[in-house]
Amino acid sequence: MGQTRTKALKKKRRWDHNAKVGFALVTPAILGFMLFCAVPIAYSAYLSFTDWNVFKAPNFVGFKNYIKIFTSDYLFKESIKATFSFAFGSTVCSTVYAFLLALLLSRRVRGISIYRTIFYLPSIVPSVAMCVLWSWLYNKDFGLFNTLLGMVGIPKQSFLAGQSTVIPSLIFMAMWSCGNTMIIYLAGIQGVPDSLREVVRIDGGSYRHELIYVIIPMVSPVIFFNVLMGLIGSFQAFNQAFMMTGGGPNNKSLFYSYYLYSVAFQQNKMGYACALGWVMFLIMILFTAIFFKTFTRHIFFEGSES
Amino acid sequence: MSGMSIKKRKKMKGSRVVLYLALIVGALISLVPFYWLIRSAFMNMLEIYILPPLWWSREPSFDNFKTVFFADIPFFSYFLNTIKIVIPVVFGTVVSSSVAAYGFARFDFPFKQGWFAICISSMLIPGAVTLIPGFLIWKRVNAINTYWPLILPCFFGGGAFNIFLFRQFFMTIPRDLDEAATLDGAGPLRIYWQILLPLLKPVCITVMLFTFMGTWNDFFGPMLYLYDMEKYTVALGLQLFSSSYGSDYGAVMAGALVMTIPTILIFFVGQKYFVQGIVTGSVKG
Repeated sequence: MGQTRTKALKKKRRWDHNAKVGFALVTPAILGFMLFCAVPIAYSAYLSFTDWNVFKAPNFVGFKNYIKIFTSDYLFKESIKATFSFAFGSTVCSTVYAFLLALLLSRRVRGISIYRTIFYLPSIVPSVAMCVLWSWLYNKDFGLFNTLLGMVGIPKQSFLAGQSTVIPSLIFMAMWSCGNTMIIYLAGIQGVPDSLREVVRIDGGSYRHELIYVIIPMVSPVIFFNVLMGLIGSFQAFNQAFMMTGGGPNNKSLFYSYYLYSVAFQQNKMGYACALGWVMFLIMILFTAIFFKTFTRHIFFEGSES
Repeated sequence: MSGMSIKKRKKMKGSRVVLYLALIVGALISLVPFYWLIRSAFMNMLEIYILPPLWWSREPSFDNFKTVFFADIPFFSYFLNTIKIVIPVVFGTVVSSSVAAYGFARFDFPFKQGWFAICISSMLIPGAVTLIPGFLIWKRVNAINTYWPLILPCFFGGGAFNIFLFRQFFMTIPRDLDEAATLDGAGPLRIYWQILLPLLKPVCITVMLFTFMGTWNDFFGPMLYLYDMEKYTVALGLQLFSSSYGSDYGAVMAGALVMTIPTILIFFVGQKYFVQGIVTGSVKG
């Protein structure tokens, strides 16, 4: 009897005025999660097991969509190839390039803040404007890049129109706008305690040694996090395919999101497209897990944080 | 100074030169595409197609910008449309995410950690999963071809990342402040509005800037939900413009420039907050 009373009291205390106010404050966020995340997720899971095509009522087809994706969907394979090569290429290249720029910016040089602004500037260009601009830069006859290449005697490239050049071209464009990553690395490099770098210098080490034995290990958790975010982000690339290449040539830039979009909104195969969405989600989860397993051992974590 | 050998000094000077050279090469890579953008925007159709390409227009003119604003694709009204979306989105995002963060940071209620985890987990769900059902739900409530799908979600939480960011900063403010204000008779909303929010001004500005950029640049959302040309945003307008003026690259570049200028202005005004936001968002997250 006494126990139930204290329990009731405790429960009452937990739902006191203060708690009610707090819960009221977070209610919109919780509702938002339900409406714009939980309900769509459930709906999408359901649709992925149907053959719904907008025009007639959905029929339950079991795992048919999923089986088709993995066994007989040629474009799925093509889009996985295109998406992975772009995601890996752009993440690796952008990481290296952003890190190099950040290293440059971490040196004490006059006017360095101007360089920081200049290096960051490309990341501010809106994605649509960037796609339009780079299509023009890559123009075969009148674009900037072939003009520059022509000046040093290299023959004209077809860039976005070439099967082997389209992905590298899009990767180069992604590198150009790596400013956010660069700023993060710069903060990481500047956060490395001077005393540690001093130790290397006292031992007669050069800047190269500072870099290999102090800076890169200290910044490695930041690099790890950003590489993962970069992969997840570039895995979902859409605008380049939609605006610049249309997935071509010969499906070489058929990004997964773009393929999913065209299945859903041009072919109206909503059920199949939902299944594609879930496959993408599963691939990303699997991938993140593998990534964590492989790399966390090699990462230096300061203290017990992160 | 005298202890340093000439050789070593020479070496240091050499590395300085390499450093400056690298900085200049990096700056050129960043800036040359901008140069090509501006150069093309001031050229007429004939000059664009001269071989070998010209480095600068022989008779630069603003004609392309006239085309952008006054020809059959009304960029000017696309600007207004975008602003009509941007203002409520920025407002809704800041208010709703900071209020939710305030609730999570300052109050105790049953299953708080669980609710917080649920709200944050939405960050991990890729758009591809919720895209189609989201679209179908908006279609069901007849909100396709209106601005509701682009605006309303911001008033419900304002994005997991922003809630997280605000909560981090709320937790840095000592609770004594709230308690003192409570003793003086201030209610929770007053504490939020008059005491805590002013202290969080830098975060608010950061979130506003990022939200502005995200909304201004968003292409996918408007493309999915807006059908009528009169309702287009600048991003959609530019896409339409580039597909209908495809060969007139001067005009298309003028359009791209017009879309980019506001973001560059905003960046220069709020540069400090940008850097702060990018860094706290990634290092503390």
